Amino acid sequence: MSGHSSYTPKTGIEKWIDARMPLPRLAYDSFVAFPVPRNLNYAYTFGGILAIMLVIQILTGVVLAMHYAANTGLAFESVEKIMRDVNSGWLLRYMHANGASFFFVAVYIHIYRGLYYGSYKAPRELLWILGVLIFFLMMATAFMGYVLPWGQMSFWGATVITGFFTAFPVIGESIQQFLLGGFAVDNPTLNRFFSLHYLLPFMLVGVVILHVWALHVTGQTNPTGIEVKHKTDTVAFTPYATIKDAFAMVVFLAVFAYFVFYMPNFLGHPDNYIVADPLKTPAHIVPEWYFLPFYAILRGITFNIGPIDSKLGGVIAMFGSIAVLFVLPWLDTSKVRSAAYRPWYKLFFWLFVIDTIFLGWLGSRPAEGTYVTMAQIATLYYFCFFLIIMPVLGLIETPKRLPNSITEAVLEKNKGGAHAQPAGAAAAPETKG
Amino acid sequence: MSANEVSEHNRRDFLYIATGMAGVVGTAAAVWPFIDQMRPDASTLALASIEVDVSSLEPGMSLTAKWRGKPIFIRNRTEKEVEEAKATPLDELKDPIARNANLAGDAEATDVARSAGEGKENWIVMIGSCTHLGCVPLGEQGEYGGWFCPCHGSVYDTAGRIRKGPAPENLHIPQYAFVSDTTIRIG
Repeated sequence: MSGHSSYTPKTGIEKWIDARMPLPRLAYDSFVAFPVPRNLNYAYTFGGILAIMLVIQILTGVVLAMHYAANTGLAFESVEKIMRDVNSGWLLRYMHANGASFFFVAVYIHIYRGLYYGSYKAPRELLWILGVLIFFLMMATAFMGYVLPWGQMSFWGATVITGFFTAFPVIGESIQQFLLGGFAVDNPTLNRFFSLHYLLPFMLVGVVILHVWALHVTGQTNPTGIEVKHKTDTVAFTPYATIKDAFAMVVFLAVFAYFVFYMPNFLGHPDNYIVADPLKTPAHIVPEWYFLPFYAILRGITFNIGPIDSKLGGVIAMFGSIAVLFVLPWLDTSKVRSAAYRPWYKLFFWLFVIDTIFLGWLGSRPAEGTYVTMAQIATLYYFCFFLIIMPVLGLIETPKRLPNSITEAVLEKNKGGAHAQPAGAAAAPETKG
Repeated sequence: MSANEVSEHNRRDFLYIATGMAGVVGTAAAVWPFIDQMRPDASTLALASIEVDVSSLEPGMSLTAKWRGKPIFIRNRTEKEVEEAKATPLDELKDPIARNANLAGDAEATDVARSAGEGKENWIVMIGSCTHLGCVPLGEQGEYGGWFCPCHGSVYDTAGRIRKGPAPENLHIPQYAFVSDTTIRIG
């Protein structure tokens, strides 16, 4: 998609197609000849893993929809029918339910990777923003999907989350009724959530295509954060990246399979095997694990901020925690991209990782006593990381010396090892290319 | 007409503006039904009113009816509960407004204003949906002997007024009336 094409059609059919609609040329240039930095590590394999997870979710979802009934009187029973009567239905449903969790495992690692190596920095701002948009669509899709089995957590999760909108003054209640299609979560809600849950993954595919397009315009970052300067800094996508991605996928899917076959309900909640009851709230409502950090932020705001009451404040903080990601490229003032050369940023980054995991754990606890205080401190660090540490640190931090090129960094790393090369090669990157 | 002459408003300009206007208005008109269908439909609105028989409720007993998909708490309060609620000074309340759809919007949250009114002060009818995020509070629990929401720990007193926790408002009271001594129409 960028640079000149090295595709040469060989057979007559290839030439015929290439002159009319050069799709094979696009595929060749994007996934075979496309140059990738030679020093990509396994943290860079999660894009491919996410692509395969999206495919798994769509395939299992489409077939589950053949057996599912989006009606409050039938939904719960139809899911149990899938589990007991439909041939291989149990497997498809467990793949879909655990697939959502593993989709989020992969996307969180992918986002952490982007934060660590500064993947959001110029000229990759749009690439990053498209990624955040994908994350947001994923969350909307997952939330609506969780309502479909029509268990207790489905119902009350939907009640609580659409209840966020009642926090907005004056129009809040009307917005909630508009979203629910009624005065409470009921059949119209279930129907529209099913329709949107089917639609959004295909919108995701569209944004993913834009994300990959943007990636192929700027090229990938790499652990050094130095742009590709020379042909020797790269290797061809196929076979190098293809085989590395494929191997990582196999390992990831092996763990996924372990969950599907040996602990399929570990990440779920037992209350969702009780049919939804609008008159009885479960003792302890928790969202799926991948929403817990945001849930902790929501509940952490227990105080009024000026004219904003605690309920609206919590909702604003929760949406703000995702919205801040959209402007991240302009919050980081550092000229150095990779945390490998930023000792202080590296420290704050790992604190941020611990902080978000801690928030997740707090989200699973009841909102009382010291849990609330801890959630407030963790929320404070979450926002400080983006709004204070990132802008300030970039101005005052002294980064380590950067290598001159990716090749130099690779050769320096391998010095004395099995791949030892003449020392001169490091100082003067290859010229024969 | 020479090439460099500034043209008057001509037929092309008219077509351009007319097409543009039709495009904007037409698009808005076409989008509206797609948005409009999201609102509560006629059958949902038709469930707006129910009648509940409360003849079996002795003092100290409650029942839960379903109205508009939400639970309605109807309680025949004991004298002790009424006295407790009446004894509470209004400045101790987190939400000083009655939240009673049968009264003016700014009515004070006195116990009478929360109950079915003078002479029927033992009766209280409320939407059983926590004003925080919509969970169903549990009856006869919490430190004020009223309602307690298990989700995020909001505590309501015997008049359903918020006393502690994250909920911002008293439990809402729907429009209702006693159609006879033993029947309440809600909505």
